[in-house]
Amino acid sequence: MAIKKFVQVIAKFEEDGRIIPLQVLWEDGRVFDIDRVLDMRPGVSLKVGGQGIRYTCRIQNKEVCLYYEEPKWFVEGKEKA
Amino acid sequence: MERIILHSDINSFYANVECLYHPEIRDLPVAVGGNPEKRHGIILAKNQKAKEAGVKTGEVLWQARGKCPELVVMPPNYELYLRFSRLARKIYNRYSDQVEPFGLDEAWLDVTASARIHGSGLAIAEKISRDIQDELGITVSIGVSWNKIFAKFGSDYQKPNAITVITRANYPQIVWPQEVGDLLYVGPATKKKLLKYGIYTIGQLAETSVDFLVLQFGKMGAVLWRFANGLDDSPVKAFDEHYNGNERILKSIGNSITTPRDLKDLKDVKLIIYMLTESVAMRLRETGCYCLTVAIHVRNKELHSFTRQLKLAKPSDLTREIAEAAIALFENNYDFSSDIRSMGVRVTDLVPDSTPIQLDLFGNEELRVRQARLDDTVDDLRKRFGNLALRRAVTIGDSMSGLDPKKDHIIHPIGYF
Repeated sequence: MAIKKFVQVIAKFEEDGRIIPLQVLWEDGRVFDIDRVLDMRPGVSLKVGGQGIRYTCRIQNKEVCLYYEEPKWFVEGKEKA
Repeated sequence: MERIILHSDINSFYANVECLYHPEIRDLPVAVGGNPEKRHGIILAKNQKAKEAGVKTGEVLWQARGKCPELVVMPPNYELYLRFSRLARKIYNRYSDQVEPFGLDEAWLDVTASARIHGSGLAIAEKISRDIQDELGITVSIGVSWNKIFAKFGSDYQKPNAITVITRANYPQIVWPQEVGDLLYVGPATKKKLLKYGIYTIGQLAETSVDFLVLQFGKMGAVLWRFANGLDDSPVKAFDEHYNGNERILKSIGNSITTPRDLKDLKDVKLIIYMLTESVAMRLRETGCYCLTVAIHVRNKELHSFTRQLKLAKPSDLTREIAEAAIALFENNYDFSSDIRSMGVRVTDLVPDSTPIQLDLFGNEELRVRQARLDDTVDDLRKRFGNLALRRAVTIGDSMSGLDPKKDHIIHPIGYF
């Protein structure tokens, strides 16, 4: 079952108030660059249970949904912690 | 021009938000209930599965468990519900600036002006329904009509996740055959009276003569008749963020609490009265009003309750005066024949705080002015450091002293009038 995985994020705050995530810092020390934000809109994660701004990002040629559920960021993690 | 009014009602609001956040219980019967240890153990909301099992809002938890043994009871998380309520309102605001909330989970929207941009009332309802489902993961029922009453009726007509359009052409078929109790403001007492006169359906109410209704129900009779005939023309009131959505026509301010343990003596009661009054008086000052009347509500452990009220000598917003009045009321009206389960303090007869006050020769006005300054300072400190930053000594050193009615009770159900 998917789990709600809170992650560290490096983000850029635009002048107009938008927040653009740039990097995801994984717990084991790996750093994932976000190559591109494909979409950003309010959305829910039915899989792990959460609601916030959903950023659909391209990371290493994969599409990943990153959620900003104020004040935390999370992704839909794969395995049980 | 014909108005287009929407009434949007979030389905099983609390329960569905909990289900969204806890995927593991999504397919089980779920209810949101108060904390039995704090003796708030009733069902506040339930999801569709629990509804089918016969669980009712307002039941005590053990009753509900009797009907539905596998019921999952979640503790309420108001901050989360408030957040969702705000987010839903933001979505409504995309389609209209005239949004009138009715509690946390319902709202009326006047979309007359924006129907030209988005198509029609139905088209807007569909968009709202889709937006809320996509962005918040919960569903709404929406009623579309030309008046608020039928719009509300429409949102109750089909549930969950449905849209009902009630037009001038179809309302006799949709609204009129329904039970008269389904109409807004026909409560159990009014319904009983109507049934006595052989008025069973909304249609029968609509066809009854107004004069007869006024004779039986007073001015409410005419109001109900207008409601039933779709003649209600009350506007959708724009929401004012700063007033918490509730104080458009403020008639009274009150707080009540079911205490974690029974109150056995005057000392306990004083503690609770002071605690409630702190919150009530602070809210009174925030709204810029004085009150002329103080009322208390007492319920004992046999669930018998009464209210008593008292007129103050002078309009006041002083915590001390209000609390002392409430305590005096209590002392004159209760003898502790039974322990007390819940208490409330309420102030009514509100007048603006610019109202001139008749001074008297023998009272100490200077003391009142100083008291007012003290209250202002206390308010200021509490605003900066939290409501429990500064407390009365009487409320210290008791298990109940950590209660914060002002912060915990931010949901004010509002009346239609």
